Amino acid sequence: MNVAARDSAAAASAAVAPLVRARNVHKSFGANEVLKGIDLDVAPGEVVVILGPSGSGKSTFLRCINHLEAIDRGSIEVDGEQIGYQLRHGRLNKLSSRAIAVQRRKIGMVFQQFNLYPHMTALENIIEAPVGVHGQDRREAVAYAMDLLARVGLSEKAPAYPRQLSGGQQQRVAIARALAIRPKLMLFDEPTSALDPELVGEVLNVMRDLAGQGLTMIVVTHEIGFAREAADRVVFMDGGIVVEEGRPEDILANPQHPRTRLFLSRFIDTA
Amino acid sequence: MSAPSVDESRAADAALRDVANAHRPIAWGRWLLWALVLIIATDFGWIVANNENFGWPVVAEWFTAPSILRGLSVTLGLTVVAMVIGVIIGLLLAIARMSDDRLLSSLAGLYIWFFRGTPLLVQLIFWYNLSTLFPQISIAIPFGPTLASWDTNDLITPMTAAIAGLSLNEAAYMAEIIRGGLLSVDKGQVEATDAFGMTRARALRRIIIPQAMRSIIPPTGNQLISMIKATSLVSVIAMADLLYSVQAVYNRTFEVIPMLMVAVIWYLLVTSILNVGQGFIERYYARGERGAGGDKAPARAMEEAI
Ligand SMILES: Nc1ncnc2c1ncn2[C@@H]1O[C@H](COP(=O)(O)OP(=O)(O)OP(=O)(O)O)[C@@H](O)[C@H]1O
Ligand SMILES: [Mg+2]
Repeated sequence: MNVAARDSAAAASAAVAPLVRARNVHKSFGANEVLKGIDLDVAPGEVVVILGPSGSGKSTFLRCINHLEAIDRGSIEVDGEQIGYQLRHGRLNKLSSRAIAVQRRKIGMVFQQFNLYPHMTALENIIEAPVGVHGQDRREAVAYAMDLLARVGLSEKAPAYPRQLSGGQQQRVAIARALAIRPKLMLFDEPTSALDPELVGEVLNVMRDLAGQGLTMIVVTHEIGFAREAADRVVFMDGGIVVEEGRPEDILANPQHPRTRLFLSRFIDTA
Repeated sequence: MSAPSVDESRAADAALRDVANAHRPIAWGRWLLWALVLIIATDFGWIVANNENFGWPVVAEWFTAPSILRGLSVTLGLTVVAMVIGVIIGLLLAIARMSDDRLLSSLAGLYIWFFRGTPLLVQLIFWYNLSTLFPQISIAIPFGPTLASWDTNDLITPMTAAIAGLSLNEAAYMAEIIRGGLLSVDKGQVEATDAFGMTRARALRRIIIPQAMRSIIPPTGNQLISMIKATSLVSVIAMADLLYSVQAVYNRTFEVIPMLMVAVIWYLLVTSILNVGQGFIERYYARGERGAGGDKAPARAMEEAI
């Protein structure tokens, strides 16, 4: 997104309700408190990159947003609905797993390990949720899937099974699969970490295109270059809290917090 | 030496070294082993075929006799029905066993413990004699009025006792096989179905079970074959299956070995057909695997180690 667009998005975020609103999110695994009060707003159309050292709770936070993990305290809202719970007559009730499944249908997710369905072709992978979960017409879904495959540069791979594709191709199919449900929000959990270095670029290119098209994205990654070019905002997490956040040119070039500085210093060679 | 001639000899060398033209070494040991096995097998076949005690003419006479074919159809029918019911109950048990609900998983565990822990023969006799324990079977509200009631003796025929005994026993074994298969599926797959908002039932049907099938089918093939032979146990509760029909004949004619050969050949024939079917099903669920030889790789490693 260019600077003007980003500023207008920032201006809009003041007026328009945020698409994601996380308040005081806590999460523990047993005695290990992984998230210690995360607050984060994401405006519609905004691209937020979460950086942070290993074990800082980035993946956990991302998985809380679509309730793959239940949070212990605080609240998360997506598109005006509280995830996992429903407020009725002043009482907060836990939603059934079926109702949570419905909430997840507007959130697309891309995993580090791709998690494509190995017994289905690329095309079948992409149309599975639109046809089976969203009740779309099959012909329409196939047409849109072919469209998406073209967008990620894999038109000729529609009949290929995941194991016949390279890692980068699999991840691009996985991105197409997540886009096929026409999500309002896309979550990426280290989408390039499982890839050979020469395959990272092709996936990042696809993600850069998406960022430019106004899709709301939250991306956990170690690719500082991607953060610099495509992010509207960079959030630096460490030890289960947000240490620092701001525009990428500020955070990356001029970090305020010593922990951010230490983390970024490791990337100077590669950035 | 001038440069071109070096190039030429290099090219000739490269052509000679092209592995596409390589010859395989002749495996003399392997050929010898094959020959030896073939000679022994032919000899053994010859001896069996010419041994009058096997009574091959009697075998041929009875092989397709109506009473034998009726017994065969009982065996096959029982196998199919008991297996289908067993797989369905087994699937439900496996899902219950893996559920987060403690009550559900304990109940499933209890069922599996009981039916795997007692001999099938005892279970069959128990079902057959159910009327001595419960003369009446009724549907009722606990501690409340009775809605419907039947005489146990009308309900439990040899047929229903056989089906109940075989299928409930089978369910316990299938539950563990199916549970193992479901556990073998990568956790990331479950996560993906969750993230896409699939219901549990759909995720199981479309994503999890098809992948679990690869490890469920081979042991299920085993179970099916054991089941065909286990049906012969029902002869104790007066079901006229294949073995029972054969026994009925040799009790009259005293041609024990030939009649048993009739049964043996039928059992082998049916299992062979099932093996072929299993091969087809395995190949279907192996789609998406890279390379045809992928599954054989572990076996090859074993072979080389030996
Ligand atoms: N299911 C779980 N059960 C127990 N502990 C967990 C679980 N998932 C994560 N953790 C712990 O939570 C902490 C944060 O993990 P998380 O995966 O969120 O870190 P991360 O910031 O994504 O790290 P990385 O960059 O290595 O992916 C780690 O200490 C991890 O061991
Ligand atoms: Mg992570």
